[in-house]
Parts: sequence; C-alpha cells; structure tokens
Amino acid sequence: MTPLHLTHFTATSCLGRGLTATLEALEQARSGLSPCHFDTVELPTYVGEVAGIDAVRLPQRLQRFDCRNNRLAQLGLIQDGFDSAVRSAIERWGRRRIGVYLGTSTSGILTTEIAYRHLDPDTGALPEEFDYTGSHNAFSVADFVGRLFELAGPAVAVCTACSSSAKVFAAAQRMIAADQIDAAIVGGVDSLCLTTLYGFHSLQLTSPGPCRPFDLARDGLSIGEAAAFALLERAPAAVDPEAILLLGAGESSDAYHMSSPRPDGAGARSAMRDALTAAALAPGDVDYINLHGTGTPSNDSAESRAVTALFGNATPCSSTKGATGHALGAAGALEAVICALALKSGLMPGGLNRRQRDPQLELNYLTGNQRGPLRRVLSNSFGFGGANCALLFGRAA
Amino acid sequence: MSTLTGCIQGVGMLGPGLADWSSARAVLNGETPYVAVRTVLPLPGVLPPAERRRAGRVIKIALAVGAEAVAQAAADARTLPTVFTSSGGDGDNCHEICLTLATRDRLISPTRFHNSVHNAASGYWSIAHGCTQASTSLCAGDASFAAGLLEALAQLACGARAVLLLAYDADYPQPLRAKRPIPDAFGTALLLTAPDSAVALPRLQLSLSDAPAATMANAELESLRRSIPAARSLPLLERLAQRRGGTVVLDYLDSARLAVEVLA
Repeated sequence: MTPLHLTHFTATSCLGRGLTATLEALEQARSGLSPCHFDTVELPTYVGEVAGIDAVRLPQRLQRFDCRNNRLAQLGLIQDGFDSAVRSAIERWGRRRIGVYLGTSTSGILTTEIAYRHLDPDTGALPEEFDYTGSHNAFSVADFVGRLFELAGPAVAVCTACSSSAKVFAAAQRMIAADQIDAAIVGGVDSLCLTTLYGFHSLQLTSPGPCRPFDLARDGLSIGEAAAFALLERAPAAVDPEAILLLGAGESSDAYHMSSPRPDGAGARSAMRDALTAAALAPGDVDYINLHGTGTPSNDSAESRAVTALFGNATPCSSTKGATGHALGAAGALEAVICALALKSGLMPGGLNRRQRDPQLELNYLTGNQRGPLRRVLSNSFGFGGANCALLFGRAA
Repeated sequence: MSTLTGCIQGVGMLGPGLADWSSARAVLNGETPYVAVRTVLPLPGVLPPAERRRAGRVIKIALAVGAEAVAQAAADARTLPTVFTSSGGDGDNCHEICLTLATRDRLISPTRFHNSVHNAASGYWSIAHGCTQASTSLCAGDASFAAGLLEALAQLACGARAVLLLAYDADYPQPLRAKRPIPDAFGTALLLTAPDSAVALPRLQLSLSDAPAATMANAELESLRRSIPAARSLPLLERLAQRRGGTVVLDYLDSARLAVEVLA
C-alpha cells in the first residue's frame, strides 16, 4: 500500500491529557491504574480512569450527544491542537473529502445502564430525556465528531470489540487509496461502563490488582478508557523526514471462539504477516512491537506464540496496558499513538508490573524502558469474536 | 475522483413478508403482491450446537442472509472477507444486560457479555464457516447499509476479488423499543465481486450525492425502508429484482446520500 501520513495525533487516557503527559508517564514508567471506584461498581479490580470527564461540556448545538463517551471524545479532541489540525485539513481538502472512522466497543451505553435504574415504576418506560441516537448507539461518537467539525464525507463506527480502533486505520486507508477521500479522522473512544466491568468479571478475565501483562502469575486485565485520534492524510511526494507514516495494516479472523483467542496464535500471526506484506517489509525490519498484551493468561500466551513464530525472539516487545489499562475499543488507537511517540522519541516503553518471567513466553519482552533509533514499529490489537488487526508505522526517514 | 465499483454475484434477503431473495424478487418486480408477515428467523444449523443455543436474533438473521447470498453464487464462504453492518446489534441481549446491571447483584452471564459485542454475528459467522479472512463490523446508525456498501466496494478497489456484505437489524424489546421503534428484523447480504468483463453480472458504481433518497412506491415497503436501517437497501434491491439499470439514490447520512448507478 501507499504509505499515509499521520499529520497530527493525540491521546488522552489515565496517563493524562495529550502527548506530553502520555510520554512523560511512559518515560517515568508510571501507571495510571488505580482501585476501581467508578460509579456504583463494587468489584475487586483496578481501572484506568480519565480524570475530569464529568466536567466536560459539549457545544450547545450537540447537546443530544451528551454522554460520558462523547465527553471523553471532546476532551481528547482539544488536546495538542488536534481540533485546529482538523480545521486546517478541511481547508486543504474540503468537508466532503474527509472521512470519520472511529472505533468504540460500548459507546454511550453507560447512559442506558443508568437509565435502566430509573425506569418508570408504572409503565417501565425509560426516562424521557434518554436519547438513544445521541448516547446508546455505537455510531454516536462518529456522528458527534463528524457534526462537531461539520464534515460531509463518509462517517462510520468500527465495532470489532478490542480491535475496533486499529481497524479504523485500515478502513480509512482503503477509502483514501480508492480516492473517495483525501484525509480521515481515525481513532478510538471507549469509556468505563458497567457492561464491560461486570462482563469481563463474569468471564473471570479481570485482575484483582493492576494487570501484569506477560508475568508468570498474570491473572487478567484492568479496564481503562481513552480517546485517541490521528489525522491520516495522503503523504506529499516530499515528506518531512520526521513524519510518521502508516506503512501497512493486516486483518484476520480466528474462526475459533467468541471470547478466547486461538491458542496457537495463527490468526494473530496472519494479521501481522499481512501488515508486513502490505508494507513490503520483512520481520527483521521491525524495531519494536507494541503487543496487545492484555494480561490474561490466554491472550499473552497466544500472542507470544504468534510473535515468536513470525519474528523469532529478538525483536523488542512490550505491552503498555500495565500503564494505561485495556482501553478496549480505544486500545488500538491509543497504542497507535504510543507507537508514533516511540518513533518520534526513540522510547520503547518497558512493560509495567512484570515481576517474574513466564518461561513459556519466549519473546523479547522489555521490562524497563529502552531507547534506540526506531524506524518501524508494529502494533497488535485482537478482539472478541477473533477480530485481529496489526498496524505497521514508520518514520519517513 | 474514481468511482467505487463492484458486481453483484449473489443476494440474500430476509424481512417481514420477504422470506428469501427469490420471493422478495417476485414482490419487488411486481409479480406477487406484498403481504406483511412477521419475519421468521431460521435456526442457524450451520453453527455447532453450543453456539447455536447462544445465537440471538441478529446472529440468526445475519447468518441466514449471508448463507443465501453465498449459496446463490455457489461461492466458498471460507474464502470471503466479510463486512457486517448493523444499526444496533442484539437489542434483546442488551436489554437483559441493562436489566441485570440495574439489580443489586449485577451478575451478568458470560455468554450474554460476549454476545453483546457488535461483531458477535461476525464471530459466529467465522466460526460457523471456518472463515479466517478479514472481517469488519460497522455501525453508522440509520446510515449503516450505505456505510457497509462503501466499505465493501473500497475493499474491492484495494484488491479484494470478492467481499460479502451483510446488513441486518432486529427490533428492540421495550423499553428501548419506545426510543428506537424498529418494527421487525430485516437483513440483506450482497456477494460483491471485482468487475470482470467475462461474466455478465449487474454492476454498481457509487458516489456521494446531495440528491434526496429514492423511496418505494408501495406504502408498506416504504414504511419498512423508513423504519429499519438495513431496509434502506430496498430501492437498490428493487432495481436488481427488476433487472433495471439507472441511478438510485440511497439514504445515508444527514450530510450526504449515496448515489448507486446500476448497470444491469
């Protein structure tokens, strides 16, 4: 594929608002996870909660979209001048030539969960102010962002669970390659809600402590929330050598189980291989892999098999979910931004909370920060239903 | 700007009074009158027993229309990348989860949770058919059908030889139904292939448009089109049923419609 330019990007997670706070936390090996006190949840688990979402206000004309998820989207969009970058892209390309491709898994479902606590005792009806389209529906976040910037191009939410906001890069890339748009706002927004907290708990996939990806005694994930965005544009012929490019994307399905990965990692391997093929690169060309690395026993072992089968055990790898938690539908975009930061700064963030190496996991897992000239990095995202996606990013030079 | 294009090799359809593509085609080309009957969802026999028990209504309808389109084209489901698109996913399952979360113990079932993901139908399809090809699951609210068609044809433009598009919606139970009054389940699947001059198939060309969306002359079909997002496909399906060329404008976003030129 023809590489695309990430002309602007930003991330807001429990590590902080924007790129400086995110990079600083990674540099200091600081985790944003804390014991869960979210809403009325009573579960022995840690979460990566973004501070201050409740104070965010949406523009008056878009009040129907008011919900935790869209407030988080709005908070994320105003960091690092991302909103201004979108406005200048509109001047460059026009409203119809910019797409909106956002990943989410639960959108504004929290609003529905709370509304169900307030059903009319006589009729069972939802509260009058409940707005299905503005909050509950998965499209709500993409619709909100498209309307915020008054765009008139294609807009869609990609909802493949935990690979949602990785797959948006592939979808937007196709639309640019097919000359239907010239640029796209890609990203992911997912926010804490009871469905995922109690749901992952029901599957015994949440850790009682901060998650420990790739640890011998790893015992589950910590749910996080995030808003991460990138502006993906056609790269000019002479691109700045500092520019960050999307070089390739690969997607596959496990065809195995709804909530467990294929133990041999075949689906994950095929997504990574396809990303390399799209970029016309070999495994040895990749300098760092940001793993999906959720910290569940089955994910980390399947992913380790997939990575070592393709890359051997020399390529430095880590999961940043010990720092950010698992932002689910926003994880792909959050980790894409972490990869872009790695390419810019040379920082390969060490995986947090890994106390003891699991001898079964043979990959070269970084437990402390390392630096190096990085030219190309890979990011993995795998979702329920066996929806796999791998993204390959690189520096222009 | 280049146009997105693709040929239609197979069609699947299931909706109120539209039991499959051959009976829907007869209704849409005027051979038989439309008789509104509630959608009957078949048991997904293609699934292993454990998954079959767990499959909700949106999964059943997606699997049914997908299988019909694939069978009609005598294609191999294992080889086909898929684009699933739905305005809302499994409303029954969502309702049960929200009810449970509003109780004191909040213990939702693991199966309900993994079925709550928007890509559940895609997961079940891939398991049923042993399909390891790429699959995406989209939601664009009322615009979901057009969004799926754009994605499928963009995949063809980027080198895929064939893509299976599955668009489906099912009605919500109360109290969500009052807020999102989808009357019944409706699904359609299109097996889309890269244009090939050797085979005479109906061909589509897409472009964004500001023209108003086409409507259905039959009032009951028009009511389906308006009330079920996946049924926004009806004007296109009508043209395919009538084997009639020309441009049909499909509903999409507030800010754009999708003009589909059909070369019959």
